[in-house]
Amino acid sequence: MSDLLELLGLGQAAELLSLSPPGWGRNLLVGLSRSLQIAAGAFGLGLLIGLLGAYGKLHGGKITRDLLAIYTTVIRAVPELVLILILYYVGTDLVNKASAALGGGPVEISGIAAGIWVLGVVQGAYATEVLRGAIQAIPPGQVEAARAFGMPGWTILRRVTIPAMMAFAVPGLANLWLIATKDTALLAVVGFSELTLETRQAASSTRAYFTFFMAAGALYLMVTLLSGALFARLEKWARRGQPSLKGGAR
Amino acid sequence: MADAIRVENLFKSFGRFEVLKGVSLTARKGDVVAIIGGSGSGKSTMLRCINYLETPTAGKIIIDGEEIKRRADGSPAERRQIERIRTQLAMVFQQFNLWTHRTLLENIIEVPVHVLGQSRAQATERAVELLQRVGLGDKMKSFPAQLSGGQQQRAAIARALAVDPKAMLFDEPTSALDPELVGEVLNVIRDLAAEGRTMILVTHEMKFAREVATHVIYLYQGRIEEQGPPAELFGDPKSERLQQFLRTVA
Repeated sequence: MSDLLELLGLGQAAELLSLSPPGWGRNLLVGLSRSLQIAAGAFGLGLLIGLLGAYGKLHGGKITRDLLAIYTTVIRAVPELVLILILYYVGTDLVNKASAALGGGPVEISGIAAGIWVLGVVQGAYATEVLRGAIQAIPPGQVEAARAFGMPGWTILRRVTIPAMMAFAVPGLANLWLIATKDTALLAVVGFSELTLETRQAASSTRAYFTFFMAAGALYLMVTLLSGALFARLEKWARRGQPSLKGGAR
Repeated sequence: MADAIRVENLFKSFGRFEVLKGVSLTARKGDVVAIIGGSGSGKSTMLRCINYLETPTAGKIIIDGEEIKRRADGSPAERRQIERIRTQLAMVFQQFNLWTHRTLLENIIEVPVHVLGQSRAQATERAVELLQRVGLGDKMKSFPAQLSGGQQQRAAIARALAVDPKAMLFDEPTSALDPELVGEVLNVIRDLAAEGRTMILVTHEMKFAREVATHVIYLYQGRIEEQGPPAELFGDPKSERLQQFLRTVA
């Protein structure tokens, strides 16, 4: 086995990627795990913002709708890299100022929390539009029946609107999740050691750029493939009871 | 004893278009009031004003002696009051409006469990009885989209019965059905009338109205043109418009 790897010139790569030092495999996996934590947190925060945003856009007053329009327009117009720089430095600055105002010293902000906040705000803008479209796609009779039977607004949201919109929202949300996993790479610019930054450090220390970036690419690909399979199942569940359509998630 | 439903001098405008121009109606307990009229006569709007799915522009709705409180703009003044009254007025829609992501059984227990606070076991027991009664005992686990229109409408009637309503509102319950499926739904409604349930029925089925109704109202352009016991209204119509209407639908 090792002879075969040697023959293909992969013996060195296997050594570099091994999980124990001097291999860098563990660093890459730690980076991947941080990336996934941030992506999951940002996706969740984005969903929450998106749900509130979609409701505000559909049922809010004029001021709410205007503010939300500004939010979604600005966030979707400005390149994400720029947004990350702005939100990261503005966010940490604000927290420090608030702390100083309250008489405290500078606050150490956890990289993961900052990453989740920054990407979550970005995700929220897209999620607002995905969920708004999904809510509007619900046949009006579904909500009307709930109102006619005296369901309170909160129960309608929980029992009718959210489950009924899932069928229309899952494909868009799957996209958002994949974007979230890859946007974590942008956090490398603010020095957060997620998968991409870990890869770069490993690569520049060993000069094995090809090996490490291929490995990182393979990890991102695995995440995507796994997510695709999970979202396909989620979509099947969300579409339960709907007449079947050709083509599914993939 | 208070009347089950009283509607007093109801007006409804959509923008500048006045759909209802002062209509009144009384249903004592056990009455079956049929509302007939051409398309655009306002009959569905009148029915939908009774449970405030449409907000009347002016007029009073009194359910079992309790008047629905309204604000100056006509909207219900007390959310809890209107929700409680709606649970007592079960509605059956032209398009069935079963919740598509829930099985028939889940559809039937939804309001008893999540609005009326019954236990799941108790609601399920009753739901099974009701589904058997409307001839769908073998379809409890089916989703609405897997059923014919007639089956869906029978399930919708079971859903309405599950809340033990004081009165039932039928909004053209057979208009969306293929002709061969109309009979099975009318049979169910006929049974309900025979057991003395209070019902308001908007319908195009004149023969059926004549057979089950205790009182018939003919609406023409938002006004009550003629009303009375079915034998009189259908057998000896006074108004020329009603005579003409009956000739065109016969």
